[in-house]
Amino acid sequence: MKKLAILLFTLLLAAPVRAAVDTSTPEGMIKGLSDEVLTILKTDPDLKKGDVKSAVAQIDAKVLTHFNFRHMTSLAMGKEWRKATPAQQDTLVKEFKDLLVRTYSNALTVYRNPTIVFKTSRVTPTDADALVRTQVLQPGNTPADIDYHLEKTPAGWQVFDVVVAGVSLVTNYRDYFTQEVSRGGVEGAIASMRNKNETQDKGK
Amino acid sequence: MTTSSRSIFRIALPLVLLLLLGACATPHPNPRDPWEGFNRPVFRFNDGLDRAVIKPAAKGYDWLVPANLQVVIGNFFANLSDLYISLNNLLQGKPKEAGGDLARVLINSSLGIGGLVDAATGMGFEKHDEDFGQTLAVWGVESGPFVVLPVIGPRTVRDSFSLAADWEGDPLSWVKPDLLHYSLSGLHQVDKRAGLLPGDKVIEAGAIDKYSYIRDAYLQHRRYEIYDGAPPPEDDEK
Repeated sequence: MKKLAILLFTLLLAAPVRAAVDTSTPEGMIKGLSDEVLTILKTDPDLKKGDVKSAVAQIDAKVLTHFNFRHMTSLAMGKEWRKATPAQQDTLVKEFKDLLVRTYSNALTVYRNPTIVFKTSRVTPTDADALVRTQVLQPGNTPADIDYHLEKTPAGWQVFDVVVAGVSLVTNYRDYFTQEVSRGGVEGAIASMRNKNETQDKGK
Repeated sequence: MTTSSRSIFRIALPLVLLLLLGACATPHPNPRDPWEGFNRPVFRFNDGLDRAVIKPAAKGYDWLVPANLQVVIGNFFANLSDLYISLNNLLQGKPKEAGGDLARVLINSSLGIGGLVDAATGMGFEKHDEDFGQTLAVWGVESGPFVVLPVIGPRTVRDSFSLAADWEGDPLSWVKPDLLHYSLSGLHQVDKRAGLLPGDKVIEAGAIDKYSYIRDAYLQHRRYEIYDGAPPPEDDEK
């Protein structure tokens, strides 16, 4: 009887909680994404040893599919975005996604066993954009605000900006890109990101 | 010697800023950072200092001091800062927040055993983050250009001038004798730096150009602090 209980318990723990993220409302979606992140942070065995690689891969697979990287890239580029040809835009999106996945996942893996509190959500009257404000609590750390900006797409709500303690992980690059493009054109901006991504991949 | 070392800063700071006014322009000046040519070398110097001395000290501290004790140490310094935060909230016309900060000091200094335990947060008195630079901003003082101060780090001109007030308002600066004052200040800085260690990884992962990444993060974060966590949206196409 005791053995059976242990077996059941183990099975319960091992069974992947595969509740698909509900993308029909902005808050529901961020709740779903947060649950996914919390599960990954709590269960990833390598994380305790300080190795974030597998946690990053899981966050990429389960969470970042709900991010609109094209919109994020154009937001980061600001007025420089329109200077890029469609082919250049595709490359920019690919490189920027690599960069952002690494930054966002690293920002999350700072926490070990956090609680996520939902503060307020605001949906614009036209129902096209939404802002969901959350707070990450971790004993001994100052609470960190993480805000998500979302937009409605045919495929449901998608995230297009993440703001950590007032710092947008996306628009934080805008002045840099403006400077890069004025110095070496759109190709210069692409090259600088590619270079960064390559050195980071090698370093890992 | 406490007072004289601080007055050196008080004289040197405006001097540095005056020198900057005459600093040369960069080829593609960023309107928010016209002194980039001066700032970058200072940033490199600070970064080198951090890597050689401050970060290793913080890592050692983090390794040596158990997490629970770090929380206690952090609480102690946070409690010391709440009185000055209360004053700034009052000056910013936020009596309710100022009262909350005062309640925090009273609760944490007594129930929280001299500030070692943060009992007030659980009782609904949220910790705030205010300084005189934010107060000046609320009063309508413009930030001025971005500047990297030697050792101290990223600031704006407004927030550089307000440093003197922040030093005076920090109860640590009232501590005598000097040996105790310097020990406590040192511990405070190392504890603060240790708290930022996880953030290093994020910067390392995200920054293509560390200088501009930290500059823009600082400026965004500062705006967020001034507006108490809810800054109005910035113009998309600036």
